[in-house]
Amino acid sequence: MKNIKEPFIHISRREHMPLWKSMLIRVGAVLVALILSAILISAAAPDSQGFFGFFGSLFKGAFGTERRIWQLLQNTFLLLGVAVALVVAFKMKFWNLGGNGQILMGCLMTAICMKYLGGKLPDPVVWLLMLVSSLLAGALWAGIPAIFKAFFNTNESLFTLMMNYIAVCLVKFFISASTETQTGTMPPLSDGALPTLGEGQMGTSLLTILIFAIVTLVIYAYLRFSKHGYEIALIGDSKNTARYAGINVKKVIIRTLILSGALCGLVGFVLTGAINHNVTSTMDGNMGFTGIMVAWMGKFDPLIMAGVSFFIIFLDRGMSTVCSDFRFTSEALSDIVVGLIYFFFIGCEFFIRYRVRFAGGKTKHTPSPEQDREATSKEPPLPEEGGEKEGN
Amino acid sequence: MIPLFTSAIEFGAVFLLGCVGEILTEKSGHLNLGIPGIMCVGAAGGCFGVKLCYLASPTPNAFLVVLMGILFAMLFAGALGGIYGVLTVSMRSNQNVTGLACTIFGSGFTAFFLDEAVLTEGMDTNLSQAGLNFFNATIPGIDSLGWFGEIFLGQSALVYLAIVIAVAAAVVLRHTKAGLSLRAVGENPATADAVGINVTRYKYTAIIAGAAIAGLGGITYIMCRLNGLVSSNDGTVIQGIGWLCIALVIFTMWRPALAILGSILFGALYNLRDFINVLPEMRDLIDIIPYAVAILVLIVTSIVGNRETQPPASLGLSYFREDR
Repeated sequence: MKNIKEPFIHISRREHMPLWKSMLIRVGAVLVALILSAILISAAAPDSQGFFGFFGSLFKGAFGTERRIWQLLQNTFLLLGVAVALVVAFKMKFWNLGGNGQILMGCLMTAICMKYLGGKLPDPVVWLLMLVSSLLAGALWAGIPAIFKAFFNTNESLFTLMMNYIAVCLVKFFISASTETQTGTMPPLSDGALPTLGEGQMGTSLLTILIFAIVTLVIYAYLRFSKHGYEIALIGDSKNTARYAGINVKKVIIRTLILSGALCGLVGFVLTGAINHNVTSTMDGNMGFTGIMVAWMGKFDPLIMAGVSFFIIFLDRGMSTVCSDFRFTSEALSDIVVGLIYFFFIGCEFFIRYRVRFAGGKTKHTPSPEQDREATSKEPPLPEEGGEKEGN
Repeated sequence: MIPLFTSAIEFGAVFLLGCVGEILTEKSGHLNLGIPGIMCVGAAGGCFGVKLCYLASPTPNAFLVVLMGILFAMLFAGALGGIYGVLTVSMRSNQNVTGLACTIFGSGFTAFFLDEAVLTEGMDTNLSQAGLNFFNATIPGIDSLGWFGEIFLGQSALVYLAIVIAVAAAVVLRHTKAGLSLRAVGENPATADAVGINVTRYKYTAIIAGAAIAGLGGITYIMCRLNGLVSSNDGTVIQGIGWLCIALVIFTMWRPALAILGSILFGALYNLRDFINVLPEMRDLIDIIPYAVAILVLIVTSIVGNRETQPPASLGLSYFREDR
């Protein structure tokens, strides 16, 4: 075993990294992704406005008019609502990929109440029925997979995914069965719409913002300070420990998913009842998936998630203006840029969790005294360490 | 009944390719939720390959067109699979999150790429011509063989390719040393590492090959099912098919040979709306059936739950050699 090849890249697990440094890496990764997309887009666009024009359009699209700012805030809080709903389940390591379907079911139930009860009953009664039925529908769509997960350990991520498509089919069925025109779209429902809190766009947005700001704070407190929140975190860490501690794991799984689904249903309630006043099979806007990314990028902390969701919506709305300014025919450009940012963000986690050193070279990160004690002590016997590894 | 069987096998090829791709990936211990996005990208890449042929000459060679479609579908899909591989194998990221990011990116890229780079310069007529005449070309004289010929011999070349790939994957996994090593990597990478198997190389190979195969599923959908009548919205449909493919993996218990039967069944379920006479509104309800059956399958396999129906032991866990 004399001729042991020294690996060129040496990777070791990092014990700890100060928060400011990890945040710097994350922000840096996102910026690199953004600059890369700016270069690519301004190079490839049919009518390029240049590298700085890209950022100009981006900000103009997101903040250009008062109406746009209100829409930006409204969508931010909608997405935050979805992400917060999903976090409740993720803390338990339950992959609720069914956000889209749960939102759609909320939309569907709200639309049904508006269509068949609106104008026939007093508005407050209709609103209450809309709220209750959309919460129940969302809860049902998450509760069914949860029951099977709790009792038979059925794969929850695929189960919830399939429920998405069932919801889409149900919405399509409702639209084609309830509208006379065979266009596949539903005219706006006039009766039973939720009240607005002021004039124009601001009025609609303010209600949404208010609802989901309160929801976020309540869930933050629920996860952090309540007994339920503790049980959820414990199950996420170890189901067996939770069981030994006397927690009824099955009950907590089902209860938590009902909460998660009901919150998604609430998003649907607001989408149909306050914002759009109708239902389409794509009304969820893929927020169930985006919400997962927001939750994960926000480290499952509702307050960081608020920032992440603001940034994603900023990009989403800004990119649609970039598309029109740069004369792209497809609106999907925003998905590409956001996807690129996901990739860079996911990739940069590696540099936060692991230390990368190149053999023969110096350490990649300049060690600071207290937190790199372990690394400096390891540095001299580096070749031996490599040798040990190969000898295994 | 004959059209139902014919279309079930044709559509089954889409499911089969996606399913076999995901099986290979999962056998290496990686749950790739990016398969729906990868299938979309395969569709976009394949269309681009066909377009290149038409740009080179207005009347290209049929064989060349099909070959370029297949090649570019695998190239594009393999590239996205490579990104997934770098992030989850080398950088050890969370596989679910990375997979979802691939799906979001892949379906966005497909819609954008089809609109901006493929469906320009009147290319849609060329693509549909290629789909109808080249990809769906059959052996001459099949019509005279009756129902047998129509169902089994009158399919597109891509359908036979799908079955060949599935059988090859089954043989490689079951009966070769490479297959044994791959299964070892998926069950317990630390042990595989200890006996000298290059874990990283096996993981990358399985993920990229799996993605390339799944990408073929995308172009099969466009060319065989839609006869090349591609539009930029097709990504959303392919995404739904992709999720069903992942569910199909559980149904077929990680066996590519069983996947052939399973995918024909799902192909039939997916096509039911064209073969049942109901009111137009009810068709949307019939569309639920494949998803409902997938859920049923998930529940039944989880209740039955013996050793044969279990996923690879370290599925979803990333492997870091120094973590022992």
